[in-house]
Amino acid sequence: MKIHEYQAKRLFADFGIPTPRGVVCRTLDEVGPAWDELGKDLCVVKAQIHAGGRGKGGGVQLARSGEQAVEHAAAMLGKPLVTHQTGPEGRIVRRLLVEEGLQIRKEFYVALAVDRSLNQPVLIASAEGGVEIEEVARERPEAILHEPVDPREGLFPFQARALASGLGLEGDAATEAAKLFQGLARLFATFDCSLAEINPLVLLEDGRVVALDGKINFDDNALFRHKELQELRDRDEEDAAEARAAEHNLSYVQLDGNIGCMVNGAGLAMATMDIIKVHGGEPDNFLDVGGGASVERVTEAFKIILEEENVRAILVNIFGGIVKCDLIAEGILAGVQAVELKVPLIVRLEGTNVERGRQLLRDSGLTIRTATDMSDAASQAVEAAG
Amino acid sequence: MSILVGKHSRVVVQGLGAAGKFHASQCREYGTQIVAATKPGAGGSEWEGIPIFDTVRAARAATGADTSLIFVPAPYAADAIREAADAGIGLAVAITEGIPVLDMVRLKAYLADKSTRLIGPNCPGIMTPGGAKIGIMPGYIHKPGSVGVISRSGTLTYEAVWQLSERDIGQSTCIGIGGDPVQGMNFVDCLELFAADDGTAAVVLIGEIGGSAEEEAAAWIREHMPHKPVVAFIAGATAPPGKRMGHAGAIIAGGSGKAEDKQAALRDAGVTVVDSPAEIGSAMAQELAH
Repeated sequence: MKIHEYQAKRLFADFGIPTPRGVVCRTLDEVGPAWDELGKDLCVVKAQIHAGGRGKGGGVQLARSGEQAVEHAAAMLGKPLVTHQTGPEGRIVRRLLVEEGLQIRKEFYVALAVDRSLNQPVLIASAEGGVEIEEVARERPEAILHEPVDPREGLFPFQARALASGLGLEGDAATEAAKLFQGLARLFATFDCSLAEINPLVLLEDGRVVALDGKINFDDNALFRHKELQELRDRDEEDAAEARAAEHNLSYVQLDGNIGCMVNGAGLAMATMDIIKVHGGEPDNFLDVGGGASVERVTEAFKIILEEENVRAILVNIFGGIVKCDLIAEGILAGVQAVELKVPLIVRLEGTNVERGRQLLRDSGLTIRTATDMSDAASQAVEAAG
Repeated sequence: MSILVGKHSRVVVQGLGAAGKFHASQCREYGTQIVAATKPGAGGSEWEGIPIFDTVRAARAATGADTSLIFVPAPYAADAIREAADAGIGLAVAITEGIPVLDMVRLKAYLADKSTRLIGPNCPGIMTPGGAKIGIMPGYIHKPGSVGVISRSGTLTYEAVWQLSERDIGQSTCIGIGGDPVQGMNFVDCLELFAADDGTAAVVLIGEIGGSAEEEAAAWIREHMPHKPVVAFIAGATAPPGKRMGHAGAIIAGGSGKAEDKQAALRDAGVTVVDSPAEIGSAMAQELAH
């Protein structure tokens, strides 16, 4: 689960991580008073959406007067913001964070995530802040500091000091930064984060160290023990079809092609997308109906796929292992009958009782094309989608 | 021959809910020795002739169980694995999907000085055809033979096994290592065992996007296993970056974990990488004909 920058910064504050003073505005009327409340001669108006690249997309603007702040706000609120992460349609900006402007001396990059090779969280930091960290990692890997975080003890003080020193910080700023790193590690462990990123962390002209931006992702599998995080969820930021699929325990990802896919198992679902591509087609979606492929799930899956207007054919690929193919065929038939199917349906069944399953599909009187194997299914689907 | 499990395996089932019961019967029907089950508070009773214990420690003491098959729900699963390790179980197979990543991180630290091997979580389990089925895979699609299978997937593994068996290519042992970002045995751990196993002549490796386990496997194969052919397929070549594809671990993040990088690394190591998942069986048949 992702949250907004302003929400991440509130969590930062709870863990002793300094952030700029700021006011969240949901309407234009709130922007003027926000300027007055901050009482500075410079502020930053920041669009709050769950996507990176806001600055380049025009979603972060400096204002030197209340009027200017309102102007910027008017250009953003209620309008789509396009960044390299949103797709061409962009995301509607529903909230702004109006923050005090600060005198920045230096920018750093700081992030905490689980390193899959080390099987533990690693805090990484770089003195090359405010840029794409992937680029730094590729071109100057030595410019990135790593400190593995002990899963039971957290980040040790000596590690935090080493990071601060490695970033070239001195005196009180180094002490403040070290405290901040430990706070970030505590936050990460407390809320089962999958990512906690500060980009940039800044050293100010007055010597303070402040999180100028903040991004936190939570591990969905751990949300059951963090009920308090539920209220941070912003459904407006989630893909409607993906969210609906999740409610039915379906795993769904929207893609750009025109062949709808319904598959049991995530690996087989990815492989089905891949084989469509091998045959010259483009998958419309990733959809895993789960190992069981029950009638209820199959029906819901058909509905979700058919809501996509550009779907020209549907490919169902089920490997019936423990769940037998005749039961799966019944599920498919019930699903087809529950929705109005206007595009060709290609079904590839394999596994236990496959002949009975195929027979059921053939005898149904519905125009279902059965395929003998994955290749056959993919080529039929690509042909049908034109 | 085979690795890790066989007719000798004595299995305790942890978590006797509906799924645990169903799959435990299926395993037993296949011929696996299910010698015990654990269910806190139900110790002393039995289920279909299988004695139930409160703890894994008690189950192991009474039955000599050496392998554990875990169906405990996600919030309690890491603790169940810890319990198995503490009881001295040699191999823990965790089927459970949805264990929090940091639970797995803490568990891995706990297991570091234990001798217990962990397979999974979020996996179909492990199977030695004709020997033991310890997991949720359909037993009948397998055939005894000499091809080892290692995979991060469930149904895609069944697909690969099916393609092999259809061509009369049997399997020594099939291991689903699971689709989570932090897991027990990885590709290299399994490859080490297959490389040393006289009964395994070749290996099918099924990877997917996310992480770098396939790259690490490629480096290991190049160094240590030039003598056994490997056929690989990497799922997710068409997956968009930044999107989790069903498995918690199947995500291209920060430019790493791409299928093309994994394919290239494996090809560099001399592995036969197929672009189409329908060609796994035929590619292996060709390798074996050489």
